[in-house]
Amino acid sequence: MLTFTPADYEAIGLSIKVAITATILSLPLGFLLSYILTYGVFRGKLLLEVLINLPLTLPPVVIGYFLLILLGRHGWLGGMLEAAGIRIIFTWKAAVIASAVVGFPLLVRSIRIGMETIDRQLIHASRTLGAHWYDTLFTIILPLSTRGIIAGSSLMFARSLGEFGATIIVAGNIPGVTQTIPLAIYEYAASPGSETMALSLCVVSVLLSLVVLIFHEVMGLKLVRRS
Amino acid sequence: MEMRVNAGKSYGAIAMDFDFAVSGERVGIFGESGSGKSTLVGMLAGLLQPDQGEITLDGESLFSSERRINIPPERRRIAVVFQQPTLFPHLSVESNLLYGFRRTLPEQRTIDFATLVDVLNLEGLLERGVNNLSGGEKQRVSLGRAVLANPRLLLMDEPMSALDDNLKFQIIPYLKIVSEQFKIPYFFISHSLVEMRLMADQVIVVSGGRNAALTTADQLARVRMGSSPVGYINLLKVKTPRRVEGLFAYSWGNRELLISAGDDQAEALFELSSKDIILCKRHPEAISARNLIACTVANTFVSGNRIGVELACGDQLMVAEVVESAAEELGIRTGSELFAVIKAVAFRRLG
Repeated sequence: MLTFTPADYEAIGLSIKVAITATILSLPLGFLLSYILTYGVFRGKLLLEVLINLPLTLPPVVIGYFLLILLGRHGWLGGMLEAAGIRIIFTWKAAVIASAVVGFPLLVRSIRIGMETIDRQLIHASRTLGAHWYDTLFTIILPLSTRGIIAGSSLMFARSLGEFGATIIVAGNIPGVTQTIPLAIYEYAASPGSETMALSLCVVSVLLSLVVLIFHEVMGLKLVRRS
Repeated sequence: MEMRVNAGKSYGAIAMDFDFAVSGERVGIFGESGSGKSTLVGMLAGLLQPDQGEITLDGESLFSSERRINIPPERRRIAVVFQQPTLFPHLSVESNLLYGFRRTLPEQRTIDFATLVDVLNLEGLLERGVNNLSGGEKQRVSLGRAVLANPRLLLMDEPMSALDDNLKFQIIPYLKIVSEQFKIPYFFISHSLVEMRLMADQVIVVSGGRNAALTTADQLARVRMGSSPVGYINLLKVKTPRRVEGLFAYSWGNRELLISAGDDQAEALFELSSKDIILCKRHPEAISARNLIACTVANTFVSGNRIGVELACGDQLMVAEVVESAAEELGIRTGSELFAVIKAVAFRRLG
């Protein structure tokens, strides 16, 4: 029998909120960077590509530590935000940033794969028919990248749900404030006699992942049928 | 339309350098695969930036490395019909057709949507998705979409190469009607001399990333006759067929041709290779070939090791080819009278 405490419900809600916010906030930048990496010809492209993909290869804890240095009270960005009355560290916003940074390469990769399958002649045709580059971006590239965008968003959402290492460093593990499902499971796992609670949250995690995967597949099928 | 091009582009060790000036409404760019035609098309449309040089259209500079001008493709008003139809797969036929139209300034819209749909016979397709169209329908939509952008120049980049022979020659009338009815000058790019002769008055021959002097498609076909495996292709417009003993008798000017691959359509276009015409000095007594046409030598020309013989058959012309010894034996000179012998199966239907 699954058992949940009020804090567990908050953790589930927060996990979903963090994953949705991180994914939505990352989408515009992810799409723009995918466009630049797919179609741009410029110096430093390789460096940009490496920087975007770096979180894939770095341990999340390292990413969290870098974010802590950047966003901490005495950090370069954190200091400025603190002066403006905005506090990020150890709030749910820090969990969003941690999730966004860790999941961002997955989002960009998927969108880019989608963009790379677009026939360049379609883009050329659009331009010679009078469309400016931004017009082509929104009327041709964006609609034809939908599958990549859905795949990338699903992957990023799922990755955000499971984010642990970076989140615990920058957001902490404060029940009701920054405690997401993985952090709550970690806490239960470290407390003797809480196996049922840990297992209940594991089941929720599995269910959420299934929902994301099913959504991804259904949307993919719909797009295939439409085309 | 007047186009001047003096522009070059290099791809590593491969250098392309084009230098020509052409004026006219029906211009062909002829060249084999890899000759640089697509690079030239890309530079004209603004899809490829030349390394140096200048391109002008009707006196307006589209590109000038010296003056640092490079008009982007959307402002050149040069539409392209690509090899593959390249229709936008997420849009309906109607939305594809209107894509360029909606991006054209109202004062530049001289072509009416309904008229174009009627001319290209697209009425029944407008609501359909583009993935449900046949190859020929796709190319007609692609052509209509380019025309509706009201371009001042249309680049047709091998628009028939993706189609099979039957469809190819169904598309040609549409290409012609569109340019004639809507008065859009075009560059027709192809590696097919037959297509070139049907579509272009003047031809720029491109080879190895360079262009030769302007010529006509017919002149080019004559020059290449001796080296071409198919010889010179005569294009014969015939009409009013009637059935005669399992064959079709077509009127060809004031002569008649017996053709096996005919049908009941009132007008037809056939090709006949210069290699499939036998010349005789006298009327043969009995022969299996069904066409024995009395003709007069109007002209001769040399192409490689062949002699091209231009024959006046009534009010029509066709070209046969013979080797030099045959020409001597037949005593071929301008004004000679000969018989052309052609089998009924030698004609190939084009459209």
